[in-house]
Amino acid sequence: MSTSLQVTPAPAKRRKRGNDSQSLLSSVPWIGPALLLILAMVVYPAGYMIYNSTRKISSVGTDLHSVGLDNFVTVFQDPALPRIMINTVVWVLSVVVITVLLSLALAQFLNKPFPGRTFVRMAVIVPWAASVVMTTTVFYYGLDPNYGIFNKFFIDIGLMDEGFGWTKNAVPAMLVSIVVAIFVSIPFTTYTLLAGMQAIPEETLEAARVDGAGKWKTYIFVILPQLRSALAVAALINIINVFNNLPILKVMTGSIPGNSADTLMTYIFKVLQFDRRLDISSALSVVNFAIVVVIVAIYVKSVKPMQEV
Amino acid sequence: MAFLVTADRASRKTVIMRMLIGVLVVLIFLLPYLTMLIGSIKTQAEILSIPPDYLPREGAQWSNYASMWATPETPVPYNLISTIVISVFATLLVLLVATPAAYYTARFKFPGKMVFMFLVIVTQMLQPAVLTAGLFKQMLAWDLHDTWLAMILINAAFNLAFAVWIMHSFFAGVPRSIDEAAQIDGAGKLRVLFTINLPLVWPGIVTAVIFTFVSCWNEFAASLVILSTAENQPLSVALTKFVGQYSTAWQYVFGVSIVAIVPVIILFALIEKRLIGGLAAGAVK
Repeated sequence: MSTSLQVTPAPAKRRKRGNDSQSLLSSVPWIGPALLLILAMVVYPAGYMIYNSTRKISSVGTDLHSVGLDNFVTVFQDPALPRIMINTVVWVLSVVVITVLLSLALAQFLNKPFPGRTFVRMAVIVPWAASVVMTTTVFYYGLDPNYGIFNKFFIDIGLMDEGFGWTKNAVPAMLVSIVVAIFVSIPFTTYTLLAGMQAIPEETLEAARVDGAGKWKTYIFVILPQLRSALAVAALINIINVFNNLPILKVMTGSIPGNSADTLMTYIFKVLQFDRRLDISSALSVVNFAIVVVIVAIYVKSVKPMQEV
Repeated sequence: MAFLVTADRASRKTVIMRMLIGVLVVLIFLLPYLTMLIGSIKTQAEILSIPPDYLPREGAQWSNYASMWATPETPVPYNLISTIVISVFATLLVLLVATPAAYYTARFKFPGKMVFMFLVIVTQMLQPAVLTAGLFKQMLAWDLHDTWLAMILINAAFNLAFAVWIMHSFFAGVPRSIDEAAQIDGAGKLRVLFTINLPLVWPGIVTAVIFTFVSCWNEFAASLVILSTAENQPLSVALTKFVGQYSTAWQYVFGVSIVAIVPVIILFALIEKRLIGGLAAGAVK
C-alpha cells in the first residue's frame, strides 16, 4: 500500500464539517484515471469530430485541407435529408410513446403480488440482456415472406392469406423495426417505472384507500404524480437510446436500397462505411450530437441527477 | 390452495387471473428466443423450406452446435474470442478506474468534484454510436484502428459512468463514522477502502461489473467501423454478415446467438433485484 496516500485524520473540532475536504492534488490518484479515460475517449473524439466536420478528408482518412462550413452546406442541401429527418422523428416518437405506455401497464402488473412473479420479471429482462443485433435477426428471419415463421403464424391464425415481405419495403420495414425497438426498450422502461412505484410510500396508497378513492382515481391522482421523476428518466433515456439506435434498422432495413428507411444514425453509418466520406459523416454526426446535447440538457435540468452527488 | 394467498389479500379469482397474464407476458418476452432455440436445431433445408414448419421435422440437429464454428461467412471461434477478450479487459479497466473514483466522490469534497460528476452524467447519456465518426478517425490517427485495444478503451470509457454512479451510491450508503474510526486508528484511505468499504459494497461492485460486462458483450456500432478484420470482430458484428444473403444459414446464426445470449441472461438474472434499486437512483441507462 502506498504511504503517500495516507492522510492524517483531521482534528476533532474540524470533524463536523470539512474534514472530508481534499486538495485537488490529493484527489488526482483517485479521480485521475477515470477522468483521463473520459477525456481521451469521450471529450476528445467529440472535439475531434467537430474539427473533422470542417475539413476535407480523403476516402482513406487523410486530412487534406479546411473547407470551413462547406460540409454542413452539403449536409443541409442533401435531398435525402428531409425524408431522413421525418423518419427519425416518427421512429423516436412512436417507439418512446408506445414503450412508455406499455411499460406503465406492465410495471403496474409486475408490482402486484402473485405466485411466479419473480419468474415473470426474469423473463421480462431477457431482451435487455440479449444482444439487440441477435434479437432483431430473429425478427428479420421470422418476417421473411417465404420461409419466415412469424408470417406462417399470421397465415395460420387467419390474419393474412399469404406471406408478406415486411422487410422488403421502407414503410412496412420501418413499422416492424418500430415493433422490435419497442420490444427491446420495454424491459429497461418497465424496471425504471417499477423502481418508481416501489418508492411510493405505502401510507400514501393507504390514505387514498381510506379516503375512498377508486382504483383509477388513485392511479391518476396518487400514483402517476409520484412516478413523475421515474417517467422523466425513462422517457429521456429512451429518447436518447432510440434516437441513437443503429442495429435494429441496420438489420431490418439494411438491404433496402436508397435512404427511404434511414434515420439520422443509420445514414451517418452508411456515409461513413459505404461512401467513405469521413468529413460528411462527421458533419452529420455533429448535427446528431447537437440534438443529443439538447436532450442531455433537458435531462440534467428536469431529472436533476446532480442533486444526489 | 394456500399458495394462491397473496400479500394484498386479493381474491382467488384475481390471483389466478394475474398468473394467466403472467404466463402470457413470459410467452411474449421469450418468444423470439424460443424461435432462436428451435431454429438452431433445424437443418438448413428445414429452416429455408417454403412453407416453414414450426418444429424440426427430422429431429433436433444438436450437431449444428458443433458444425456452426466452421462457416464460410465469418470465423466464429475468433469472433467469440474477440467478444470475450474485449468484454473482460474493458470490464477490468472499468473496475480499476471506477472504484477509486466512486469511493472518493462519495466520501470527500474536492475542487472540481461537480465538474467531474457532471462529466460522468453526460458520459452516461452518450453511447459510442454518437461519437463513432470521431472515434474512427481518432483510432486511425493513433494507429489503433482495427485493434482490440481500441474497443477495450472505448467500451471502458462509455461504461465507466454507470459503474461510478452505482458504486458511488453504494459507498455513500456506508456510514462515514466507520471510515473515521479506522482513520483514527491510523489506516490510510486505500486501506480503509479495501478492508472496510469493499466488503460492505460488494453487491454494488457485482452489479457494476455484470452490467458493464453485458454492455461490452453486446456493443455493436463502434465495433462495426473500427474493427475491419473479420477475426477481430465481436459476435454482434460478425452475425450481421449472414443477413441478406441468398440462402442464409439461419440455424448457425441462431446457434451462435444462443451461445452468446444464455450466459449474459444468467448474469443479468443475478442482478435483477439490484437493477430496481439502481434504477431508483436514476443510475441505469
